[in-house]
Amino acid sequence: MTQSMRAPLLFAFVAALFLLEGLTDAWIFSGSWNTSLSILNMALVSAVMALGVNLQWGFAGLFNVGVMGFVALGGLATVLIAMPPSPGAWAAGGYQILLGLVLGAASIAAAILAYTRLPRGRRRVVVMLAILVGGFFLYRWIFDAGVQAVESINPAVTGNLGGLNPCGDYRACGWMTIISWPVGGLLAAGAAWIIGKTALGLRSDYLAIATLGIAEIVIAVLKNEDWLSRGVKNVIGIPRPVPYEVDLQNDPGFVERAAGLGLEPTLASTLYVKFGYAILFTIVLVLILWLAQKALASPWGRMMRAIRDNETAAEAMGKDVKARHLQIFILGSAVCGLAGAMMTTLDGQLTPGTYQPLRFTFLVWVMMIVGGSGNNFGAVLGGFLVWWLWVQVEPLGAWLADLVTAGMAEDNAFRTRIMDAVAHMRLFTMGVVMLVMLRFAPRGLLPER
Amino acid sequence: MDLLNAVVALLNFVLIPATAYGAQLALGALGVTLIYGILRFSNFAHGDTMAFGTTITILFTWWFQSMGLGLGPLPTALLALPFGIAGAAFLMLGTDRVVYRFYRAQKAVPVILVIVSMGVMFVYNGLVRFIIGVDEQRFADGNRFIISARDFKEMTGLDEGLALKSTQAITLVVAAIAVALLFWFLNKTRTGKSMRAFSDNEDLALLSGINPERVVLVTWLIVAALATVAGTLYGLDKGFKPFVYFQLLLPIFAAAIVGGLGSPLGAIAGGFVIAYSEVMITYAWKKVAGYLLPESLEPDGLAQLLSTDYKFAVSFSILVIVLLFKPTGLFKGQSV
Repeated sequence: MTQSMRAPLLFAFVAALFLLEGLTDAWIFSGSWNTSLSILNMALVSAVMALGVNLQWGFAGLFNVGVMGFVALGGLATVLIAMPPSPGAWAAGGYQILLGLVLGAASIAAAILAYTRLPRGRRRVVVMLAILVGGFFLYRWIFDAGVQAVESINPAVTGNLGGLNPCGDYRACGWMTIISWPVGGLLAAGAAWIIGKTALGLRSDYLAIATLGIAEIVIAVLKNEDWLSRGVKNVIGIPRPVPYEVDLQNDPGFVERAAGLGLEPTLASTLYVKFGYAILFTIVLVLILWLAQKALASPWGRMMRAIRDNETAAEAMGKDVKARHLQIFILGSAVCGLAGAMMTTLDGQLTPGTYQPLRFTFLVWVMMIVGGSGNNFGAVLGGFLVWWLWVQVEPLGAWLADLVTAGMAEDNAFRTRIMDAVAHMRLFTMGVVMLVMLRFAPRGLLPER
Repeated sequence: MDLLNAVVALLNFVLIPATAYGAQLALGALGVTLIYGILRFSNFAHGDTMAFGTTITILFTWWFQSMGLGLGPLPTALLALPFGIAGAAFLMLGTDRVVYRFYRAQKAVPVILVIVSMGVMFVYNGLVRFIIGVDEQRFADGNRFIISARDFKEMTGLDEGLALKSTQAITLVVAAIAVALLFWFLNKTRTGKSMRAFSDNEDLALLSGINPERVVLVTWLIVAALATVAGTLYGLDKGFKPFVYFQLLLPIFAAAIVGGLGSPLGAIAGGFVIAYSEVMITYAWKKVAGYLLPESLEPDGLAQLLSTDYKFAVSFSILVIVLLFKPTGLFKGQSV
């Protein structure tokens, strides 16, 4: 099979998987277009995430295992932009919180300034520590009061600042959610800038640990700062850029058109909504894929790969390796943040308790490795394929278990044990897939040319 | 009297728990640092190795308990520990055979091995879920306390109680034995010396006839033992939950890096540095301050610098600070 035939064939295979999911309920397929579209939507989001990681690892060889943190920051952006502001929260303590945060940032900046400007010696350390400790107490004093004021406003419903949505009702102004996607990218980019500034000069596995830590900290912030994200109380009812099913079912015109297609209104409305998301996500994916392809083919992309393959030689040619690394680290993280915002939009809620590194960091890595690092189409393919597998491992496992235990009685101990174990098949399968790929096709399904 | 109360409160809530936690982290960090020194990569699967070893230990503990076998006041898990170690060693040698050896032969760059260890992490995590599920398991038995808070209050007449859980004491004793054995092995035995030589300078070690496969084999065995001991002690102390073990990866790596990757002594120091700072920064100092300060100066709030949920932030901040100012760690580790 030649290289040029390989990509279309593999993509056709993936398309067939999604079509079969909708068309037939034989074997492990469900025969429901609803399920097929659900898997497809998450696969589109996953493909965007994989593109982001591919920018960092595939183009530049940066080892980022903090994808989860950037994804969660993107999710936070949808809350901060698309939710209506909580009544009275800003007046009660919102500005005070902001002031506290600014003061905190200012004291860190002052400490850095003192460290770089003052002459070496004991005095420098003392001054820096004094600024940090004093700044910390000042920050906590102002910040805590503001937080308390905001969190005490109707904690059962809001207790947070809310967002910027001017329309009030949660169903209005759904377009604000789409605005929040690039904002999610910006938030993630900001976080990436801070991490990159401190950790990018370090060796690759130190960067890995640093990003792993940052991701955990981001999740801890989302879980605990109720004024920001309502913590583990979750933010629900985030406005949607697509219509609501109930509104569609109450629309006589829609019901009529659905009947014309031979569909009942409930099913037609869910399909319509999911299809709407799929179109929006596809637009984003195609746009980012196009940009990434352009970047890869440009002189900038060649420079990146040159830096990846031999830093010393690139530096000798006058390339600013550190600045380029920072640049692409920020870009890749921004793409992950964008995907995170899209995912939270799709879910319609922000649930900080559900972010887990295995699912949101390492699974994305599996996608990129399976697809082919350094190849954007590979990353997209990996996103689709691995996400499909992630969802279908359970029915697949159940089918296998059925096959193995076919002759046994319904209540056979071995059979029940196997059936229980099926629920835990996912991570194991992903690990095996990743190891097999790394061993036998380390360059992925669609290798970098 | 107030001063004594303050000291007792500090011991009870900060020093004793932090010391036990530090010992557990140190054992974990020793495993990470050994793999880094000999095999030259950061093993992301270490947390899940700990979970696997502990899982096997728990299974044997249950089996022994069902047979009525026990150690009296000591937890049965100590009896099951060797079997857990054997299980983990078996798994790690198998993994090395099937997975890592191929990349070693290829002389793959370290970062590839790190990615491979991510795959291994998935597999181990899945195995643990297959075997024992995701729920919390408590398997500590025997005496719960050496001194309970109430006994201490009655004995001394102080307002503050001092509780010493038997799991904390066992942690310290077992960790001390494990570390002593490890250092004796590394410094006194022929195999240990060849391991250190291999870690210092691979080419020179190969030249002097050290068999690399044997060094690697012994390393995996030691790492399996350390990981299982660390995991079991942590599980006895705080309960076993697979996901928590995965999250332990961060403080363990922080400890190993702070101490200096590749330096066993550094791993121990790093473990305690991380543990003490985590506990001290997330402890609510109100009680201690209440005894020490005059009434007018007493803090209104909890006097807690950070909420306990941010303990990851503490280990992470220490990690970043050390990396920025002393990239090779407190004890000079390898920095390739």
